[in-house]
Amino acid sequence: MARAAVPGRLNRGASWRVAQLVESREETGTARTLVLEVPDWPGHTPGQHVDVRLTAPDGYRAERSYSIASAAAGNRIELTVQRVPDGEVSPYLIDVFSVGDPVEIRGPVGGWFVWRSADPAPVLLVAGGSGIVPLMAMVRARRAAGSRVPFRLIYSVRTPRDAYFADELRQRARDDGGLDVSYVYTRETPDGWPSAAHRIGVADVNSHGWPAELEPTCFVCGPTGFVETVADILVALGHDSRRVKTERFGPTGG
Amino acid sequence: MGIVSPGFQGRPRSSQPSLPPGQYLTEDFPVLSAGPTPRVSLDNWEFVVTTEAGAEHRWSWSEMLALPNETPTVDIHCVTRWSKLQTNWKGVSLDTLLAEVETAADYALVHSYGGYTTNLPLEDLLDGQAWLVHQYEGGELPAEHGGPARLLVPHLYFWKSAKWVRGIQLMLTDEPGFWETAGYHDYGDPWREQRYQGD
Repeated sequence: MARAAVPGRLNRGASWRVAQLVESREETGTARTLVLEVPDWPGHTPGQHVDVRLTAPDGYRAERSYSIASAAAGNRIELTVQRVPDGEVSPYLIDVFSVGDPVEIRGPVGGWFVWRSADPAPVLLVAGGSGIVPLMAMVRARRAAGSRVPFRLIYSVRTPRDAYFADELRQRARDDGGLDVSYVYTRETPDGWPSAAHRIGVADVNSHGWPAELEPTCFVCGPTGFVETVADILVALGHDSRRVKTERFGPTGG
Repeated sequence: MGIVSPGFQGRPRSSQPSLPPGQYLTEDFPVLSAGPTPRVSLDNWEFVVTTEAGAEHRWSWSEMLALPNETPTVDIHCVTRWSKLQTNWKGVSLDTLLAEVETAADYALVHSYGGYTTNLPLEDLLDGQAWLVHQYEGGELPAEHGGPARLLVPHLYFWKSAKWVRGIQLMLTDEPGFWETAGYHDYGDPWREQRYQGD
């Protein structure tokens, strides 16, 4: 289109590039982090995603979007991919895709669900399951920028074994200053945990989030039902819906 | 162009119907929105068409329901790559709503409860291509899918089918809406794969 570029638009993401897998590590029993080397990567803002394209020998293609987990750093990006049962793309990326293999990617994409380190507003991150990925990019970018913007993260997972980035989050909460991390377990809690397993509710968001008067920017990411619940709670607690940004994972990702 | 992905076969696909490029089929109905789901009461609901001259045409919920309703069955295509075939809707054709509206506008900016906007050429709303729908698969349209009423413009990517729609502003010049300002394509033809600016 002929329209001039404006800040926040990302025209440069339009072309496909061939990236190479340089490292792969297990995150949980069902998720893997892929470290990709991307020639001439233009950088990204935390919260953005890339499109990944796979091509079969007969020319068939499958494309999916994955959130970027890493803060911007040179020509490398990290994607943390959750296995979707019966999926077409995620089982390939987790089981078959190997160090040294090429893959086509396009991006970064997205100019709404992003955190910019120059924004001084406090931040509330609320993640359900694999919805932690773009929020982790924000936590990492905050550290990379040396930002002191106060962050609170509420992370809902089924069991302690399902938590992504658990060691790193513990370390960041200890070392970064101004980052609070709290967990909600929906099926099984760690030993000695003070509350029973439950789905996230008003009390969790109220106790571990920010009061609405502080006008935080809220990022909520996870499965549809989770995001609907949390976004409704935030609005009920008085948060301006324009400061509640959501990203939903349908059951058909994959 | 493109490189072959070592070891990738893809799904068996002999029975796959024809889909726009880059799309895959889904049976369920994913929800995608930028923020919390607005809750709009039918008592307060209205649909307003505003012309470039400032003339307003308003319909209350009961006035909208009293118009001739149609029941389109259409395929829908989301820019996030899912496509859903043969979806059934009920609502009022935009041809009906715009029949008495005098305008020289070429563009429409659609406004939603909650502040969302999206732009499209006015001609894409006419000639049986677009509806204001309030039922999905025989039941009232759920709020997370845009209820009480949303736009349905199935020949464009589904973000153009604005949820929680409250009105259409007719304009002589084009103006990008919410996702278009955030990097998505101005037009959004799934068959030409117009996902992002520059496609």
